[in-house]
Amino acid sequence: MQALTNRVKAVERKPMSFFERMYLVAIFKGMFITFMHIFKKKPTINYPEKKRPFSPVFRGLQVLNRDAEGRENCTACGLCAVACPAEAITMEAAERKEGEGHLYREEKYAAKYEINMLRCIFCGLCEEACPKDAIYLSETFTPADYQRKQFIYNKEDLLIPHPVEEPEAYKKALGNKAKKEIIN
Amino acid sequence: MSITEILFWFLTALALGSAIMVITAKSPVHSVLALIVTFFAISGHYILLNAQFLAIVNIIVYAGAIMVLFLFVVMLMNLNAGSEPQKNRVLQFAGLISGGCLFLVMITALMKSDVVDKTVQMNDGDHGLINNLGKELFKNYLVPFEISSVLFLSAMIGAVVIGKKEKIEK
Amino acid sequence: MLLAIDLALIIEKLVLIIIVVMASLGIAMYTTFAERKVAAILQDRRGPNRAGPFGLLQPLADGVKLFFKEEIIPNFSSKFLFILGPSLAMLTAIMTGAVVPWGDKVHFFGRDISLQIADVNVGILYVFAVVSLGVYGIMIGSWASNNKFSLMGGLRAASQIISYELAMGLSLIALLMVTGTLSLKDMVLQQHSEGWHFRWNIIYQPLGFLIFLICAFAECNRTPFDLPEAENELIGGYHTEYSSMKLGFYLFSEYINMFISSVIMSTLFFGGYDIPFLNEANLSVNIAALLGILALMAKVCFFLFLFMWVRWTIPRFRYDQLMNLGWRVLIPLALVNMLVTGGLILLKQNHWHF
Repeated sequence: MQALTNRVKAVERKPMSFFERMYLVAIFKGMFITFMHIFKKKPTINYPEKKRPFSPVFRGLQVLNRDAEGRENCTACGLCAVACPAEAITMEAAERKEGEGHLYREEKYAAKYEINMLRCIFCGLCEEACPKDAIYLSETFTPADYQRKQFIYNKEDLLIPHPVEEPEAYKKALGNKAKKEIIN
Repeated sequence: MSITEILFWFLTALALGSAIMVITAKSPVHSVLALIVTFFAISGHYILLNAQFLAIVNIIVYAGAIMVLFLFVVMLMNLNAGSEPQKNRVLQFAGLISGGCLFLVMITALMKSDVVDKTVQMNDGDHGLINNLGKELFKNYLVPFEISSVLFLSAMIGAVVIGKKEKIEK
Repeated sequence: MLLAIDLALIIEKLVLIIIVVMASLGIAMYTTFAERKVAAILQDRRGPNRAGPFGLLQPLADGVKLFFKEEIIPNFSSKFLFILGPSLAMLTAIMTGAVVPWGDKVHFFGRDISLQIADVNVGILYVFAVVSLGVYGIMIGSWASNNKFSLMGGLRAASQIISYELAMGLSLIALLMVTGTLSLKDMVLQQHSEGWHFRWNIIYQPLGFLIFLICAFAECNRTPFDLPEAENELIGGYHTEYSSMKLGFYLFSEYINMFISSVIMSTLFFGGYDIPFLNEANLSVNIAALLGILALMAKVCFFLFLFMWVRWTIPRFRYDQLMNLGWRVLIPLALVNMLVTGGLILLKQNHWHF
């Protein structure tokens, strides 16, 4: 058969010589190879102490955003739920009452907002779909819990800390959103 | 009682007790294990007689190799107490009589022999040490030694012949 | 006098026994750690480094874990034999240390204390006897498990150990012809270098050493000869049914066996506690003994590393290959080695004239 590429290597099938059949040389060669691995650089890092830098487009757990005054951005338009391929997002809309202007940015807001993290595939389509910049994917990952139902995150779990009341926590939760905005 | 005597009685009791275990134990595996203990006790006796080489060889050859094969066979055959066929009464009786006769003969032979009035020399004499044993074997008893090696050779050849694959003729 | 025995001697030996047993247990413990660490390093990983500084407390953590595991005894197994198995394995592993000369002697409380528990004049045969008994632990345990896989593992172990013991014994016979003694202490003394004359037995018996080394690997059930516990064929081999510290005993006895066979190899072929080209008589007794023990331990560490190094280099044999190697390569080779050694010794006695 004609070879399709010129990368084919012919396998030699001649019987082994006496020295080859003793295998000792081959064994020592193998031992040398494994010995040389002692001096190789270890690719492993000590994880919890050291962390690899995230890629700027890393997609972790979702965060519901607030604006600079601490008002929720989300208007419960449902675009994210429609965009979600795993159908992990559910929400209920409600109308803003008189005197709640400091809580919600627009007249309509999400009274209930749930993401099932067991279904979520972290594709980031919700972030793309959101017209109000209300949801984005943070750098938090590897959530662990004892019960399945605790993986259905509700609004309290998802909301970003208040930027005025807890500026430190807000900054931490913001993560690399700033970086992302530069790229976009 | 000196410590040698204590050891002697202990080992004797061990050897006899485990030897009785060998024939009374229900499970064949247990009786094989009891036999191993017997060999150990006998090796202990050899050591008391200052025959260390013999003691060690007894352990290596009998306890270490032969009994392993015994155990091997017993384990593979999976013998159970239930599967043993009931022996004929007459045969059992005949066995008892002949065994008793043998025992009797041995006892009388031992009574008449001159071993009786000699006490065993414990822990002295160096005939059992390996140097002397080797010299003894290769000087005074060379011919019997070599003949026994021929015996082993023939046994080995026999094993090879049995183990050889028969050529399938078509 | 009921027990006319030197009490000091008994105390001295008792202390020595305790030290040797504890030391072999401790070393075996850290060998498990070293095994994991060496494996990691050879595979470009980091290995255990969480428990204590550099992970040094890992063996303790492992031991505690094993102790707290649930102990399961199979319903249809013979309980006595099931427990006897690992106990025997451990016992025979530890017993070998009795005849090893760990050092020359130390001088304490106005007494010369020999660093050898028992200088038996058939020392090496004693080692052999104990090693050949080691197989009972595996066989009894495997049979008592009442599990086909365990039994298979046990049978493999038994036949493998018996087969390789032969080659090991034959390779030793050549060595014994060179040294002319069975006592390990005398062998070490013979290997002390005289001035610049280097006299380790490895020089006289390189082939014998190679055969002995391979057989030692097989006797310890180490890769490439770890068929008795071949995970991908036999689940766990002979210790499939074992859990908790009984399993720990089996695993532990393997490491003690490794340690002891390393000690035996360094004693037989690498001069034991001898430091080449160093005249121990010039030093004070205790310092010489200490240096000797350190030298022995250095040699042992090398062999332990070799055990691990080989484990992560060479894949496991197939069973027929194993038997082929044992019976059709090593035994004839050992016989040839014996013949050649005998001839050379005769020639030397004849002052190199035919």
